[in-house]
Amino acid sequence: MTARNPLLTLEHISLSFKGVKAITDMSFSVAEGEICALIGPNGAGKSSLLNVINGVYQPDDGIITYDGEIRTAMRPHHAAERGIARTFQNIALFKGMSVLDNVLTGRNLKVQSSWLEQAFNVGRAPKEALVQRQKAEEIIEFLRIQPWRGSLVGGLPYGLQKRVELARALAAEPKLLLLDEPMAGMNRDEKAEMSRFIVDTQREFGTTIVLIEHDIGVVMALSQHLVVLDYGKKIGDGPPEAVRNNPEVIAAYLGTRH
Amino acid sequence: MSFFFEVLLGGLLAGVMYSLVAIGFVLIYKASGVFNFAQGSMVLFAALTFVSLLERGISFWLAFVLTLLAMVALAWTIERWVLRKLVNRPPITLFMATLGLSYIIEGLAQSLWGAQVHGLDLGINDEPFEFQGMLLSQFDIFAACVAGVLVLVLSVFFNKTRTGIALRAVADDQLAALAVGIKLEKLWLIVWTVAGFVGLVAGLLWGARLGVQFSLSLVVLKALPVLIIGGFTSISGSIVGGLIIGASEKLAEVFLGAYIGGGIENWFPYMLAMLFLLVRPTGIFGERQIERV
Amino acid sequence: MLYRESGQFSTSYPADRRIFRLYQERWAFYLLLAAAFLLIPWLGNDYWFSAILIPFLVLSLAALGLNLLTGYAGQLSLGSAAFMAVGAFAAYNSHLRIEGLPFLLSLLLGGVVAGLTGVVFGLPSLRIKGFYILVSTLAAQFFVLWVFTTFAWFSNDSSSGVITAPPLVILGHDFSSPQGRYLFTLTVVVALGFLAKSIVGSELGRNWMAVRDMDKAAEVIGIALPKAKLLAFAISSFYLGIAGSLWAFCYLGTVEPHGFDLSRSFQILFIIIIGGMGSILGNFLGAAFIVLLPILLSHIASGLLADTIDAGQLENCQKIIFGGLIIFFLIKEPDGLAKIYQTCKQRLQVWPLRF
Repeated sequence: MTARNPLLTLEHISLSFKGVKAITDMSFSVAEGEICALIGPNGAGKSSLLNVINGVYQPDDGIITYDGEIRTAMRPHHAAERGIARTFQNIALFKGMSVLDNVLTGRNLKVQSSWLEQAFNVGRAPKEALVQRQKAEEIIEFLRIQPWRGSLVGGLPYGLQKRVELARALAAEPKLLLLDEPMAGMNRDEKAEMSRFIVDTQREFGTTIVLIEHDIGVVMALSQHLVVLDYGKKIGDGPPEAVRNNPEVIAAYLGTRH
Repeated sequence: MSFFFEVLLGGLLAGVMYSLVAIGFVLIYKASGVFNFAQGSMVLFAALTFVSLLERGISFWLAFVLTLLAMVALAWTIERWVLRKLVNRPPITLFMATLGLSYIIEGLAQSLWGAQVHGLDLGINDEPFEFQGMLLSQFDIFAACVAGVLVLVLSVFFNKTRTGIALRAVADDQLAALAVGIKLEKLWLIVWTVAGFVGLVAGLLWGARLGVQFSLSLVVLKALPVLIIGGFTSISGSIVGGLIIGASEKLAEVFLGAYIGGGIENWFPYMLAMLFLLVRPTGIFGERQIERV
Repeated sequence: MLYRESGQFSTSYPADRRIFRLYQERWAFYLLLAAAFLLIPWLGNDYWFSAILIPFLVLSLAALGLNLLTGYAGQLSLGSAAFMAVGAFAAYNSHLRIEGLPFLLSLLLGGVVAGLTGVVFGLPSLRIKGFYILVSTLAAQFFVLWVFTTFAWFSNDSSSGVITAPPLVILGHDFSSPQGRYLFTLTVVVALGFLAKSIVGSELGRNWMAVRDMDKAAEVIGIALPKAKLLAFAISSFYLGIAGSLWAFCYLGTVEPHGFDLSRSFQILFIIIIGGMGSILGNFLGAAFIVLLPILLSHIASGLLADTIDAGQLENCQKIIFGGLIIFFLIKEPDGLAKIYQTCKQRLQVWPLRF
């Protein structure tokens, strides 16, 4: 694991809202191509951390190094341009649009032709539209959501919506994929299916994945790297087996065995 | 210099009238998150009903009570047939519903009571008097006092009574308020009635000033910038906002209008509100929300 | 099973994305277009052209403009009429002041100037959202009308502020007859309608809808919000500007500010609420509804009630009915007439079964 280059390194990150500390002096790094899981009790600052990584929140303090670029602040838009895609804890799909259109929006940064070319269907636009559609269909096939391609997202069941959101993120061909509780509220079968999609993503596209998940069984099976948070602080970091045996982590999160 | 202060004071007092309309907005916005475009037509409806009753020989206080009853009936109808059917819809839908509502109320008021201009005499002398070398209107001072009393009564109502506290709970978190057993329908009815009452007071003052006529419903357009400046959820904000708008638009009309042409009162408040938005997007008294994703 | 989908497969991505995927719909549309261009000019009379068809077409176009902004990009506007006024006055002045400028070019120029004005008043949308953007559009509404009524230069120093539109001559042909004005308006509206359909199906259209549905998520996946919003204002105002010119030149025959007051903005908003937000077809359905309803009401009033109610009462009734319809649609069918049409179509496809 140490042989691989870190894609993302956080150093001494702190974040607070109106004086309330959400994240305190957080440092860890994510190696290229690994699946890294963030775990911790509710309110530990996991989602806030993802928001800091892709620029939704600006940290009060600290440095983030991503893909060789050092930064202290960035806009979400810039993060997307640099290849960071994500899903949200509460599904953030465009509910008034079809599945296909949602996936296509994920590819918006890959579009070269101008809006005028597209409006009049001249120049680069016609050929590019074909390529975009082709790529979107590949993702749709990969996540097996073909039957719903034309349906409005707002009317789909929860589990499917989660999958469409993953599809939209994957459509951007990201280097780093942030998944905020991709399996929340799913049953066993759905979780198994989603886990397979996540593993396939890592294998097929070589995407680095940072995910938040509460189901410890899933986390242990999926991830190669575990970071444990409690009250905005890091209390554990390392391979899953090592972290599982860390007494501090057991006390804070996994529960003490009696 | 004394001319400047005269214009300023005149503007401030006119601003009080804007505040009165804006308070009606704030009440409804706090309780149901609706940006109620029909507030202006409620002002018109109240004033027109009151004046027409008065013209039919009914005494002042009886007419006042009857009009108030009409406002309650209106509030009940709106709650029952519009708001309740639009629960959980996006705010933009509710706003557009109030646009439709304003059409209905205007049409109703005019088909019931006619479209002609009615004079309204509240028995207050509108002769200007001199105060330290400035000409002031007695009526405007009276209006300011009424507004002051109204704000006082409303703040007691919101801070001391059960209904008021329930209302604040709803404004804070609708779901949580429902969970502790607050009846939303009843609260809406109360709030719309109070807004109707505020509308009646505003209608009487405006009506005595300008005559009761259709243009009363247009004061709603001035209330919007007032709300932007004061913040949508603050009663004191709407007072301050009203004063700022009233004063600045009169000053602008007198001192700026001389250079770029008259009639800038119509758009000046909006430009001012936009400047405010750029500097302080939540208004003077509004609270900034943390955006969660 | 009046018409069916089975057996019609799209064999390429463009075929799958075309406007009328089913051949029955395609042919129905071609027939409608043919009728509008070939049949109606022969059948219609001056009353139909001047009082119904031309205002219907122009209002459809204006609603289309507002729908791009509100229905697709999610930015509420109460200033549509102001941008129509800008279009009309800019077209008039460019025609007046640039020697020998063809009418079509001054029409286009009017649209472009309106579009730029739209961008200016759309700028605040970059910092604020929700209701607050209403302030900016209302500012546009009042400010623009004030400019046109205060500064006589815009109306060529005419004392009344009302100016007669120049004759409609395009490529040497005179289109000044009611029939000609109808054909010209129809051509412009159809062309711009197709363009709008193409825009909303493109990247830009998807970005608008993304901004409308959830702007935070749109930003996170890399959509440039400022560009999307400003383009929405620009293109929407361009359409409104063209509609304003057509309103002045083809419908009224005069250019005056007060035809473009706040109530016109409301009227256009009502068209898209009734017709259907986020739908191109909805604009036409809504405009037809709003043009025809008053005529229908006045016929009912004069026919059934034998003129027992005066014009003022009729107008009040109209207001109440419009207001009631708005609320009815918002409650029962928030997606408007366009959605009702869709539902009917689906019913027809499976008829006599229900599903």
